[in-house]
Amino acid sequence: MWVYEKKLQYPVRVSKCDPRMAKFLIEQYGGADGELAAALRYLNQRYTLPDQVIGIVNDIGTEELAHLEMIATMVYKLTKDATAEEMKEAGLGAHYADHDKALFFHNAAGAPFTATYFQAKGDPIADLYEDIAAEEKARSTYQWLINMTDDPDLKDGLQFLREREVVHSQRFREAVEILKEERGAKKIF
Amino acid sequence: MFTYRKAYRPYISPWDPCPPLLVKTYETPPQLYMGFQPMGLPQFNSREALRRGTLWPALFAPYTNPYKDAKGGVCDDGGTPMDG
Repeated sequence: MWVYEKKLQYPVRVSKCDPRMAKFLIEQYGGADGELAAALRYLNQRYTLPDQVIGIVNDIGTEELAHLEMIATMVYKLTKDATAEEMKEAGLGAHYADHDKALFFHNAAGAPFTATYFQAKGDPIADLYEDIAAEEKARSTYQWLINMTDDPDLKDGLQFLREREVVHSQRFREAVEILKEERGAKKIF
Repeated sequence: MFTYRKAYRPYISPWDPCPPLLVKTYETPPQLYMGFQPMGLPQFNSREALRRGTLWPALFAPYTNPYKDAKGGVCDDGGTPMDG
């Protein structure tokens, strides 16, 4: 169960009218290394992980949902006042034809989201290594997105999200270290 | 004792529908611990190495079925089951 707090994890401000950027940001919404894939991956894997690391994975999965909201807010702000003509000019004509200004889970190239973007292997080491890789891939996506905008407010939000990927990667690496420890061994006091 | 298989006692609910697996295990194979492989590690002879899939005993970690003794709560790593 979750308790919803009606505010964003970090404030999202967009100061430049740039609907084209929405088309690129959607990569982090419905792309392979995006926030939806991350949240679903972790919140699904947690069931079959050893007890010592379930909490870490559950908490990170929950935070990914908060990031998903931030990306959605950015995309929404960038497109909500665009005309059909402006959507077309921004490269969003195909999106507009199918969805109007509604958000949809697809990547920047328009490929719809699929559960095959992530795995649940059941082997805790295999799953946590995938999680670490996913965080590094998301970190790089944020870097490329930052490279494509000169809006300082949008950059600020993206910098925050990139930093969270760094922290999550570190936490998953710590989870691996926990699992590597010998826990069955008798403790000598 | 160092092992390539770790065991833990998962939480068991009084409402679980099936008889519980008291001890669960997962694999922690040697490549997790080695870092950069040191030079000059002992080697199998070539016939053994071809059969085992590796030149080095330090990387040889065959997999066995952990469920063989699992129902009794005994783990397969030579250690004793953990205390609650």
